[in-house]
Amino acid sequence: MRTSTPIRTLLVLVVLALVATACSDDDGGPLTVYSGRNEELVGPLLDRFTDETGIEIEVRYGDSPELAATIREEGTNSPADVFFAQDPASLGAVAELLTPLPGSIVELVPARFSDATDRWVGVSGRSRVVVYDTRDVDAAELPDSVFDLTDPVWHGRVAVAPTNGSFVAFVAAMILTDGEDRTREWLEAMAAAGAPTYPKNSVIVAAVDDGEVDAGLVNHYYLFRRIAELGDVEAANHFLAGGPGALVMPAGVGILATTDQEADAQRFVEFLLSQEAQQYFSDETFEYPLLPGVAADPALPPIETLAQPDIDLSALAGALDRATDLIAEAGLL
Amino acid sequence: MTSQGDTPVGTLLQPPRAARRLRRGRPSRWLWLAAAAILAPALVPFGMLLARTLANAGRAVGIAVSARTLELVVNSAILVLSVSASAAAIGIGAAWLTERTDIPFRRLWRVIAALPLVIPSYVIALALISAGGASGIVADLVGLQLPVLRGWPGAWVALTISTYPFVYLTVSVTLRRIDPSHEEAARGLGASPARVFRTVVLPQLRPSAGAGVLLAALYTLSDFGAVSLMQFDVFTRVVYAQYAGRLDRVPAAVLATLLVLFAVGVLLVEQRTRGRAAYHSPTPSRPATRAAIGPRSTTVALGSLGFLAFVSLVLPLGTLVAWVVRGSATGPAPTIDWGATAGSISGSFLAALVAVAASIPVAMLVTRHPSRASAWTERISYAVFALPHITVALGMVFFASRFLGGLYQSLTLMVLVYASIFFAQALGSTRAALIRVDPSLEEASRSLGRGHLRTLAGVTIPLIWRGLLAGGMLVFLTTMKELPATLLLRPTGFDTLAVRIWSAAGDLLYARAAAPALILVVVSAVPMYLLATRDPT
Repeated sequence: MRTSTPIRTLLVLVVLALVATACSDDDGGPLTVYSGRNEELVGPLLDRFTDETGIEIEVRYGDSPELAATIREEGTNSPADVFFAQDPASLGAVAELLTPLPGSIVELVPARFSDATDRWVGVSGRSRVVVYDTRDVDAAELPDSVFDLTDPVWHGRVAVAPTNGSFVAFVAAMILTDGEDRTREWLEAMAAAGAPTYPKNSVIVAAVDDGEVDAGLVNHYYLFRRIAELGDVEAANHFLAGGPGALVMPAGVGILATTDQEADAQRFVEFLLSQEAQQYFSDETFEYPLLPGVAADPALPPIETLAQPDIDLSALAGALDRATDLIAEAGLL
Repeated sequence: MTSQGDTPVGTLLQPPRAARRLRRGRPSRWLWLAAAAILAPALVPFGMLLARTLANAGRAVGIAVSARTLELVVNSAILVLSVSASAAAIGIGAAWLTERTDIPFRRLWRVIAALPLVIPSYVIALALISAGGASGIVADLVGLQLPVLRGWPGAWVALTISTYPFVYLTVSVTLRRIDPSHEEAARGLGASPARVFRTVVLPQLRPSAGAGVLLAALYTLSDFGAVSLMQFDVFTRVVYAQYAGRLDRVPAAVLATLLVLFAVGVLLVEQRTRGRAAYHSPTPSRPATRAAIGPRSTTVALGSLGFLAFVSLVLPLGTLVAWVVRGSATGPAPTIDWGATAGSISGSFLAALVAVAASIPVAMLVTRHPSRASAWTERISYAVFALPHITVALGMVFFASRFLGGLYQSLTLMVLVYASIFFAQALGSTRAALIRVDPSLEEASRSLGRGHLRTLAGVTIPLIWRGLLAGGMLVFLTTMKELPATLLLRPTGFDTLAVRIWSAAGDLLYARAAAPALILVVVSAVPMYLLATRDPT
């Protein structure tokens, strides 16, 4: 049969396309990591893991609650081998799908930064802070407690990121420390005060630095990243003295019980807790390393000096969706 | 462009209403199978969303009647109405100037007025956001601090720029086709150009302008990228926020279902408007004479078109270029992300290929075997194209993670969803080409002993080759710009330019977002250029 050139071209293209698609769907090989941590923050570190161990990884970046919900939805079909999350609540939400980690790994970091049943281990810590514009706000007038931010003086001046995982986890912590009623009151007061909302912590820090808004509730390290990028900034961090607003929250990692690459997955977790990776968190992301002996950035107050609310991080997951509901009901979301 | 239905953009904007009556026996079962296969990846997700909503009916009702949902409805309605109004004014005005007046550089203005189609809405939004503010590009270059556009004003401006070309294209094609004698009679009786436009031209434009405006409205309701970057709370943005921010997926499913219902409402209005046909004769006897609008009006007209070109093209593209330059001055030089570029091109190419391949049997079904069912097939494929893609993607994530095993998070599945949601573009183009092929040629081939497949390969496809190519380029172009379905469905580790832009822009890393945005515009411009300059006969 004599076929015309176009039809032959089309056939060749279809065959090529099918081959290309088939090749790309090979899902046996690399270690699949679901990362609730931002690619800009941890991408280079994960590249180093492959460079050093030769273990190929494929990373699915997303928000921590999104990936936790995805893992729950996937159940036993989950392609993920490792879940590297921004907050303990997202890890706790999938705890029953994670496999207990060996004691040799969990013992590396202080017990309060890991799961009570060893399903996940903390990797790096970050403190909630109030970032403020030094041109418009005097450090002395900033309160010690997040509950004082509902004072009329601060109306409409303190930005929040209601959809951000860290903010939601902070609200969940507030539910645990101060109860649901007080949390709802606080959220409603913030909403009634017209607190400006932003999609992310980094955006709040930029807005504060640009003079768009006076202050914001964020994690401590975004400011340092901005300093590293721009050199000179007008924003500064204020560490609160105790309560949920002062919470040091660990990012953590766990291994899926359904993984068929447990040895590689464990090497990945060990890598995140190695001297090298911990130093990376200190130098590049300006977080608190959790491995004893690795120093945090000198510009940060030592982690031991930060007053901590007394909560069990493993219990945070139970309050997470309640926190989202309260945020939505208050009209912030 | 000879007639609206024959050009790829024209078929997209206004699909031909009725196929030529040709009953040639019953359609083969394979044709129906092809139609079902290409539309299933978009239709199954809707079923999944609905099932999930109904399974949680109590909560769904609670969410549907909440104050928050009311706010979303109001915000979405305000945005759709305001964008439709401004897109209509700009689209009709620009079309009249380029088609009916004697302003200079008309050919150039025609190209310029359609060009924003190659720039995704979120790239325009990115440029508008990063131009203003204390650390914006305008402040950096000229020391003038523009206000940062956010919320409704920002979304309104960005989406007006993205959607006025739909109105412009439908209206200018119609202007070329309506019988000029009425206008000339009015002018001969002493009416001013403005009066002729108002009382004679505008009423005749109403059907096509209406179609263009409704397309703009649907686009606005479906848009995800621009409203998200502008932080304006409409359905699409909140569906994604609920998906990304919660462990519980029910609220996202319920809101997505509500969004689909909202969009179906707009779509029904559109279908009804389309039913009322145009006033124009199919081929005008002669081209219209252009109104001489005088030197002062010419200055105003050129000024307006110049301003439009500045805001919709020079400002966005200039801002991106300036960010790339600024980025290379302060940090490591922006590099071309080859992985993301290859991801964008390969994903879009495969989608175009699948959509075009599937469009051949479905177009055969629609043109050669017209029936109520085949008309519905066509209508459904247009509806799928018009409905918000984030809802399809969300439903597919629900469905695939539970039922599709190895296809879940695969390139194959993402390509199938792309091809399904953009299928209407390929179908429109293939159908327009197929309608001009005399079926007796195929019959001759078959009567000479060639089977159906060999007739298709040897006779039909060579005759409609150009139509297939045009449809493929349209699918390629729109898939390149697609954002929400890519975000939700991409395979782990698979990167596209759209995803790179989205992730960098979300972190306010404008210098890092600008380079992939420029690459995306350049790659999209190639098929757009080919489509625009292609000989339509």
